Amino acid sequence: MDKPFRILIAKPGLDGHDRGAKVIVRALRDAGFEVIYTGIRQTPEMIATAAMQEDVDAVGLSLLSGAHLTLFPEICRHLKKKGLKTVLVFGGGIIPDEDAAALRKAGIDRVFGPGTPLQTIVDYLKEKLPVAR
Amino acid sequence: MRVSNDPKDLIKRVRRGDHAAASRALSLVVDENAAGEPLARDFFKSAGTVQKVGVCGPPGAGKSTLTGRLIGHYRSLKRKVGVLAVDPSSSISGGAFLGDRLRIMEHATDPGVFIRSLASRGMIGGLTHTIFGAIHVLEALGCDKIIVETVGTGQDEVDIASVVDTVLYVTTPAMGDEIQAMKAGAMEVGDVFVVNKADLAGKDKAVGDLKGALALGHGAGQAVKAWESPVVATAALSGEGVAQLAKLVDEHWTHLKKSGEGRKRLKRQHATELQFWVHRHVVKNALGRVTDKDLDDMVTRKTDPATLGRKLLQS
Repeated sequence: MDKPFRILIAKPGLDGHDRGAKVIVRALRDAGFEVIYTGIRQTPEMIATAAMQEDVDAVGLSLLSGAHLTLFPEICRHLKKKGLKTVLVFGGGIIPDEDAAALRKAGIDRVFGPGTPLQTIVDYLKEKLPVAR
Repeated sequence: MRVSNDPKDLIKRVRRGDHAAASRALSLVVDENAAGEPLARDFFKSAGTVQKVGVCGPPGAGKSTLTGRLIGHYRSLKRKVGVLAVDPSSSISGGAFLGDRLRIMEHATDPGVFIRSLASRGMIGGLTHTIFGAIHVLEALGCDKIIVETVGTGQDEVDIASVVDTVLYVTTPAMGDEIQAMKAGAMEVGDVFVVNKADLAGKDKAVGDLKGALALGHGAGQAVKAWESPVVATAALSGEGVAQLAKLVDEHWTHLKKSGEGRKRLKRQHATELQFWVHRHVVKNALGRVTDKDLDDMVTRKTDPATLGRKLLQS
């Protein structure tokens, strides 16, 4: 990696459980990414503004509350509104497989369920991001 | 791509106050992209127009939270604020966890606030080599105040004093006695000293120790300076003392403009910026040409650092 890719990890909505997000932040840092973490309880607009000001290559959304079908598409809408049309958006958390198709349609490139090895996520980003840049 | 990289278009949009364009310009400048150079040349014209405030001090002193409070104060006065927050890069992976923004999220959607997290990318001393370029983007963007928050550092990282106009040195009660405050290094470059977490026990003693140590110079026959660095106590979580701190920061800016010290500092900043530029383009470039064979040749004594060094600088 020449210049490190920048990733925003965000936790939207009313969900205070961010152990998983912190594990991802740490894994990505150790894999050579520059990672910005928003902290918990963020609105879609806050997340989109942070992604715009930080000029990130990807946004990772973590949600365990079950509100992903509402919040994830809303975040994608805000990102587009800010002009971030090509930023890679991925998600993770307690998300049933049957919701993945709807999320993909809304602009979430990939959803990682519980138990995903960290290396899978690192490999995914290392493969996807150079193409996008 | 996200936003167009066309320099003319970016310059126009940044100067119009477009945050998305500023964000893109920042990336080009800090990534040392070739497209960033025409931008940097243009933005430099705005250098030195507004006050740059540096926030430094040990890790966990409350620099980010205090920065958030200062933003709130400036926003109540309708001033536009730009923030550059530097956190360390890993020397092992090259990655970084940029965690300052998290403490400032209450201003996340305010269109009068622009916050950018930067990784130190190998620079020791609490900053990053492209910090000046980043500052000039925010100057061109039309920010009224620019806050540079450094990596939480130790005792002798004083680079910040050659980058900003006003240095806030943030410490907390229980960071040590007056002997700590007497040491050279970071203690010498503070324009305003802040004892944060003033709600903790020991605030008065910490303020007293700092004031005592700063006044020792007088006893030693040092002339009274035109600006004597004041000490202020704040509790960033509750906001206590922040208005007073902001007032001192403004007073220092007035002092700089009136005394000629401001021009002296601007010259020093430009000298440092030039130094960083040369370091990036000459030193890094030369070291980038060192091959594994060169290192082997030193091990087998076929060459030595001085001979190799001269060769690198000449080629």
